[in-house]
Amino acid sequence: MIRGVLGKTFRLVGYTIQYGCIAHCAFEYVGGVVMCSGPSMEPTIKNSDIVFAENLSRHFYGIQRGDIVIAKSPSDPKSNICKRVIGMEGDKILTTSSSDFFKSHSYVPTGHVWLEGDNLQNSTDSRYYGPIPYGLIRGRIFFKIWPLSDFGFLRDSPNGHRFSDD
Amino acid sequence: MAQSQGWVKRSFKAFCKGFFVAVPVAVTFLDRVACVARVEGASMQPSLNPGGSQSSDVVLLNHWKVRNFEVQRGDIVSLVSPKNPEQKIIKRVIALEGDIVRTIGHKNRYVKVPRGHIWVEGDHHGHSFDSNSFGPVSLGLLHAHATHILWPPERWQKLESVLPPERLLIQSEEE
Repeated sequence: MIRGVLGKTFRLVGYTIQYGCIAHCAFEYVGGVVMCSGPSMEPTIKNSDIVFAENLSRHFYGIQRGDIVIAKSPSDPKSNICKRVIGMEGDKILTTSSSDFFKSHSYVPTGHVWLEGDNLQNSTDSRYYGPIPYGLIRGRIFFKIWPLSDFGFLRDSPNGHRFSDD
Repeated sequence: MAQSQGWVKRSFKAFCKGFFVAVPVAVTFLDRVACVARVEGASMQPSLNPGGSQSSDVVLLNHWKVRNFEVQRGDIVSLVSPKNPEQKIIKRVIALEGDIVRTIGHKNRYVKVPRGHIWVEGDHHGHSFDSNSFGPVSLGLLHAHATHILWPPERWQKLESVLPPERLLIQSEEE
């Protein structure tokens, strides 16, 4: 009787570990489903939208300008931020608003990216905390699955003027 | 004929079952619990690699200890390089968020470490690409805590969390 219960417990623990490890490998190396909160990426991603993120681009260093990425927050490593890549290393970034008369530029340092939310009025991003290291990027968001009215690949940035002209 | 085909099919099934169990478990263990790595470079001499390129130390990297991003001053940690995401660097933690550091060769003489960041330095000042070059690093880049030297056998030891006392200027208040 005891041996039966013990055997069942071991089997349960074994399956839990096995499926937990498969889940870890899937989330870490392939991708997963994410729920976004906050207004900083409107209208592309609204509060409580559910999106699909893939991690292959990060591992193969294929993140490009214009991609929407999930990254660890530079000031709080336990929370994630969801923003668009405006500049890669070496790009020239406009750090003042385009309506200002005296524009100021800066260059994105090596190994870093410049992130901005699509909702420029209501987004805490690289304009506030500066460029973030590429190593903080967790994955790339490319597909929205909820709400169903907005199902599909994500659109391009509504702020085309923020991308520097080469 | 049918007998030998059954044997091949059965061993293939057994191989698949073993593969899909062993590989994820091993990968998860190496990513989340611990792994080993060879140290290259002279930036942590004399604590690591005192023999230069003749004999590189192999260290045990403990991921489990930093799963909540908790590190102490003096720990030797490995992190993703902020200047090159394909490379990992191994340095000592000198200061935590809120501390003020007296820098060597940085553009500012004194730096206050911002929230969610740490200040790392190699023990071999002057031969080290560390926070004195790239400033405080975000805790999100933390990879593992190096706890022991495993190879060569005569250098088998536990790495102590020792903080050189003159590096830190002011420590942040701790409750």
